[in-house]
Amino acid sequence: MISVKEVRKNFGKLQALKGVSVEFALGKSYALIGPNGSGKTTLIKSVLGLVVPTSGEILVDGESIRNHWSYREKIGYMPQIGRYPDNMSIGQLLDMMKNIRKNPPVLDEELIEAFKLGNMLDKRMHTLSGGTRQKVSAALAFLFNPPVLFLDEPTAGLDPVSVEILKDKILKEKESGKLMIITSHIMSDLDELTTEVVYLQEGLTRYNDSIADLKDITGEQRLGKAMAKMIRSLENNRQVAINN
Amino acid sequence: MTRVIKYVFYDILRTRFIMLYTLFLLLSTFAMFQLDTDTGKVVLSLMNIVLMVVPLVSIVFSTIHFYNSYEFIELMLSQPVNRRVVFLGEYFAVAISLCFSFTIGVGIPVVLYGTGPGGFTLLFTGIMLTLVFVSLAFLSSVLTRDKAKAIGVALLFWFYFSLIYDGLLMWIIYSFMDYPLEKVTLALVSLNPVDLARILMLLQLDISALMGYTGAFYKDFFGSSMGFIFSSAILSLWIIIPVWGALRIFKRKDL
Amino acid sequence: MKDYIQYSIQFLLILLLLPAAANKIVVQPEGKVRSIRSAIALAAPGDTILVKSGTYREGNILIAKPVVLIGEGKPVVDGENKVEVFTVEAGHVTIEGFRIINSGVSSMKDLAGVGSLHSHYLIIRNNDFIGTFFGVHLSGANHVVVEGNTFKAALRSDHETGNGIHLWHCAEATIRNNVINGHRDGIYFEFVTNSIISGNTSEKNHRYGLHFMFSHDDEYTNNIFRDNGAGVAVMYSQHVRMVNNIFDRNWGPAAYGLLLKDIRDSHVEGNRFDQNTIAIYMEGSSRTEFKRNTFVSNGWAIKLQASCDANTFTENNFKSNTFDLATNGTMVLNTIDRNYWDKYQGYDLNKDGVGDVPFRPVSMYAMVVERIPTAVLLWRSFLVFLLDRAEKVFPAVTPENLKDDNPTMKPYDIG
Repeated sequence: MISVKEVRKNFGKLQALKGVSVEFALGKSYALIGPNGSGKTTLIKSVLGLVVPTSGEILVDGESIRNHWSYREKIGYMPQIGRYPDNMSIGQLLDMMKNIRKNPPVLDEELIEAFKLGNMLDKRMHTLSGGTRQKVSAALAFLFNPPVLFLDEPTAGLDPVSVEILKDKILKEKESGKLMIITSHIMSDLDELTTEVVYLQEGLTRYNDSIADLKDITGEQRLGKAMAKMIRSLENNRQVAINN
Repeated sequence: MTRVIKYVFYDILRTRFIMLYTLFLLLSTFAMFQLDTDTGKVVLSLMNIVLMVVPLVSIVFSTIHFYNSYEFIELMLSQPVNRRVVFLGEYFAVAISLCFSFTIGVGIPVVLYGTGPGGFTLLFTGIMLTLVFVSLAFLSSVLTRDKAKAIGVALLFWFYFSLIYDGLLMWIIYSFMDYPLEKVTLALVSLNPVDLARILMLLQLDISALMGYTGAFYKDFFGSSMGFIFSSAILSLWIIIPVWGALRIFKRKDL
Repeated sequence: MKDYIQYSIQFLLILLLLPAAANKIVVQPEGKVRSIRSAIALAAPGDTILVKSGTYREGNILIAKPVVLIGEGKPVVDGENKVEVFTVEAGHVTIEGFRIINSGVSSMKDLAGVGSLHSHYLIIRNNDFIGTFFGVHLSGANHVVVEGNTFKAALRSDHETGNGIHLWHCAEATIRNNVINGHRDGIYFEFVTNSIISGNTSEKNHRYGLHFMFSHDDEYTNNIFRDNGAGVAVMYSQHVRMVNNIFDRNWGPAAYGLLLKDIRDSHVEGNRFDQNTIAIYMEGSSRTEFKRNTFVSNGWAIKLQASCDANTFTENNFKSNTFDLATNGTMVLNTIDRNYWDKYQGYDLNKDGVGDVPFRPVSMYAMVVERIPTAVLLWRSFLVFLLDRAEKVFPAVTPENLKDDNPTMKPYDIG
């Protein structure tokens, strides 16, 4: 569905991506993991067209996204921090988002209902708590029923009930054969929600395989532990490489 | 694009700042008309507002708005929308709301008190200057990622066109006082939208000052319909070129 | 002896009554006398020639005897663009009620509607001068009255347009209630003394509304000078009284409401200066009093060159002028006192109607523009505002002592 090929991105002297190649396939669910500054956000933004790669190519459905925008119909994006115009009400925001699409598909308003956003349509964005804004962001990402979903720290700031609602929704959509790409610092969430892991470090993909394999190799039951072990072994390998 | 404009416009109209700006213009204009019975003099005082306050408010507000909408612009761009549409939508929404404020705040008193053609020149140049400085604000916003830096650049634009440029112009006039400078200064004045607007207004409002040799040359030039077309065209270029440059940068910009 | 005296008195009486019993000759196109020329030939001194309406094309009409010419129903006398219409070569001639049109145009001779040389006691009244080169051209004539005429010059180029009322070397003239439009100078006075110009309207003339040189002891009052190419020039004269005139809309690179050059001991009072590029420009003038004048919406109200001294400016109103006063010198030899300045921002704590701090009418930028006229382009810019403010706090360029110590808080009530 999405192929990232040898993508490099420099911000001035800083090399955020140093030649990343990943394949994201439909029906799978990916955990995008990496330390701060490893290039996760740059990678997501590159796929969304918010960041223009210095070199390399990104294909969505086999077509390069460079200078195109209509492919974004297929992508729902939930940003880490959703900030909206202060004086816009939730209802207006939803209207607007429906409006700026030329041909909106069948809408998926499950999350709007589940989060009870329908009762708050008149509320202005600046009066909302961070958690409510997260709910709005989540609802927006799923609203257009896109085949691909990018969720950047989806559960951060949500109350426990809402976290469960959102997780259920993610699992449901995953079951229906969508492509999910999720970043999170909460490993247990990723353990539940994803089947694949892409580990980024210093602008390179260090690990890209299924979570089941990772657990097998490391002999750990939980993703968090498995990742920690894998990262340590990567460090060691590098140490060895340098020493040699 | 109209959809983007519509929603951002409604949003801006409800910000406290735009309301305060409208109220400030409305109150100060009414106060001026109340305190002075000579409408000609009032229009001259309003001219100072148009030349100083309008550009400053326009450029600072637009820059701050752009940065405050950064995440929202990001969100819109993650939708299947063209960057040009989002950018121009933002531009027009900001420009329309500031022009709206200005037209209400200054236009209503001017029409109520009836100032003749001077008042309409005032409104025209005020709107043109608003558009110019919104354009410059959008340019300074896309030039840098940092909000503080962008506001700095915006203020520098304002300071340059309001003061520094005139200082340079004065220096040139002083250095070459023995030469006929009319055509040169005409070109130089066109390079500064604030000066251009000021002279357009002076020709309507304070003509007696401009009747010396230099003034007569300017009066002949700007007084003709060709001159009006020329100055409107130059002001339009001052609106279009910065926003066009900003759009070019924005299209390739990393958000 | 008694009889002799009686006869003498009778004789004198008859002599005195003679003009009153003078003949009246009627000229009309279809009548016995068909031309003004033949009427003049028939007339005896003191006769009245009544000209009925019609058009008379008789070339130059020479009047060499004291006669009264009266037009009835504005008869047209046409010079057909060739000649002077009336040439007067006798005193005590009256020309009244004619429509005098199309005098010749010459660069050698000052052809006029009515021209005269060394003839006194002329009366030119209620005529229309249309398309004449000069309207009335009088030289060496004393005790003339030019009254109630209108002058409208033809639309020709500058050097083909003469003056409306042109007086040279005259005395005791009265120029009253005329309307002059489109000439070179509306009214031209050179070496004219003890004369009065009043109630005239002189507008849209190519050069000056009133051009006034070497003419002493004259008075001009209640005139309107409007929209003239260069306003009004009063030069090289003494003891001139200029009262209650209106100087209006004299705009242009070299236009003045009133240009005063080498004027002494004169008096300027009650005049109104409205929308002139420079309301009063003074050079080499002294001992002149400016009182109760109103200056409104002028580029410069007063430009006072350093060559002026001992003039006084009191009780004048200055409103909405771009610059109230400009000067090129730093010496202060003139008195400015008790005027109203709308730019005055002082206060009046003791409520005596006079501001407690002096007003400095010369702004810094006025000095700059005086030196570099092009700099006027920056007028009303923020830069100029700052410079003027700074100068007010720390005077460095403007003359320290050029100030009004008693600026009034309210404008004077001047008609």
